[in-house]
Amino acid sequence: MSNAPQASARAKTFRPGFMARNRQVITPLLFLTPGILFFLFYVIFPVIQSFNLSFYKWDGLGEAEYVGLKNYKKLLTDRAFEVSLWNNFKWLILYLLAIPAGLFIALFLNQTVTGIRMYKSLFFFPFVISQVVVGLVFTWFYDPTFGLLNTILEQFGLEPLNVLGDPNLATYGIILAGLWPQTAYCMILYLTGLNAVDPEQIEAARLDGAKGWRMLWHIIIPQLRPATFIAFVVTIIGALRSFDLISIMTYGGPFGSTRVLSFYMFEKALSEYGFRMGYGAAIAVVLFVIMLAFIAYFLWSMYQDEKGAR
Amino acid sequence: MFPRPIEKSSRSWQMTYQSLLPVALTLWLLPLIAVAIFSVKPDTDFTSGNYWGMPSSFEGFNNYGKVFFASDMPRYLMNSILITVPTVIGAVALSCMTGFALGIYKFRGNLILFFMFIAGNFVPFQILMVPVRDLTLDLGLYNTKTGLVLFHIAFQTGFCTLFMRNFIRALPYELIEAARVEGVAEWRIFWYVVLPLMKPAIAALSVLIFTFIWNDYFWAVVLTQGIESQPVTAGITSFNAQYRAAYHLMSAGSIVAALPPVAMFFLMQRHFIAGLTLGAVK
Repeated sequence: MSNAPQASARAKTFRPGFMARNRQVITPLLFLTPGILFFLFYVIFPVIQSFNLSFYKWDGLGEAEYVGLKNYKKLLTDRAFEVSLWNNFKWLILYLLAIPAGLFIALFLNQTVTGIRMYKSLFFFPFVISQVVVGLVFTWFYDPTFGLLNTILEQFGLEPLNVLGDPNLATYGIILAGLWPQTAYCMILYLTGLNAVDPEQIEAARLDGAKGWRMLWHIIIPQLRPATFIAFVVTIIGALRSFDLISIMTYGGPFGSTRVLSFYMFEKALSEYGFRMGYGAAIAVVLFVIMLAFIAYFLWSMYQDEKGAR
Repeated sequence: MFPRPIEKSSRSWQMTYQSLLPVALTLWLLPLIAVAIFSVKPDTDFTSGNYWGMPSSFEGFNNYGKVFFASDMPRYLMNSILITVPTVIGAVALSCMTGFALGIYKFRGNLILFFMFIAGNFVPFQILMVPVRDLTLDLGLYNTKTGLVLFHIAFQTGFCTLFMRNFIRALPYELIEAARVEGVAEWRIFWYVVLPLMKPAIAALSVLIFTFIWNDYFWAVVLTQGIESQPVTAGITSFNAQYRAAYHLMSAGSIVAALPPVAMFFLMQRHFIAGLTLGAVK
């Protein structure tokens, strides 16, 4: 505040206009307006509207009817909702395997032999392909009559498996398909992380006799923390967003055994047998609340970082 | 370097590693290789049960020719391009501005706005589905490419703002201060000082958003339904319905649908990875 007297002294000689005086507020405001408007109308308001809608019964056309908490009460006894919730949990847990798997492949590829760059790119390949195509590719891979999986099983004299037709296996089959691109993503995060690991610390640890697992656990993994954090964020979000694969590979079947909340919501809200928007919104709210727990944690850790910065 | 560089290990392990690489890669890409083989087989191979043997003849040109000249695939591809490119331009343009405002200026609510963008970017699609569908219907944009583009721009602005703001934060602040001392107007600082420095971020974001939008399926299904507006991810299901059990054509179609982001990745690899791994190193 040391320049305040100077500023007031200057103000006597000439008075800058309103724009000039508030430039540091008006400029960012102008720059932000288009982005914020878009974001408000397409993201923020819809979230609020969905919350509101979850207290109504609405077929998407006629008048919406207020039903209070009825949609939520119905969820409690809905078997399909229970299955979806349980499957979401499976996705969440099993999807996290992408993180150690990605680290493993990154460690395997973190060498400088000729052609390694090409190998790294090709290992990353599955992530670039759309999930729709990944879904198709794995559907054919699992196909009971000609799929590669069963051709291989046959070679070993094993019984053929109808992965996607078996209610007990289908979800795991889809998760495995999802792990394929997700592992590739984690791998690239870790490859970048490994690049930045401090070589002096490694040398020092080596002189102290650390190698293999102990080196990895005590020296390398702590330094990979930022990469692990991002891998964690994208994997959790990816697991809870799973929709494309389920829609392509089984469309929720067999017997609704592969539904997750995101898919079940879509099914209810835009069902062929009449739209149930209110009930769908209630399912979406449940999914949102689960996600919110993670979002809050992510924001909190980012906030800790921000406090340290300028 | 960790693990220990391979050059420092025994000759035999070096040989093992070198031969392990292609084996591991083949296993990793096995499902994809299978589809690639399918796509060059003649249809008689499938009727005669020769799924995994050598193709009895090479029909690659024929199969891909059919996809390009005898199916709706080109229209879907065109739709995808007309959805993806405007989205990339829109989202990058908006986020250059929001990122600049949030990265350079100190004002009350800065961090809250920034966190709003981040949080919005993590939200599950389903909670937006019904209201966004209604909004698009009300605007008369249901089943149009414009409707899809507008939503994509808005949603991607969240992620792009996060990216741009952090990038601008890392630029030397003295540059801006120096420009201000010179009396340069704020918008000129944006245009002549900051924007030229943002080129790598713009490149990285462009390829990332291109891939994300090209591969979007959920919103394509929710906001469009016909050949006149559906992108290729949604179109491939109708394509497959049209060629049911014609695995050679379905495989070729899938590969064509997947190709543009793959090409983008290989052409712009450095930017792509820089974008994806932003923040993975501190």
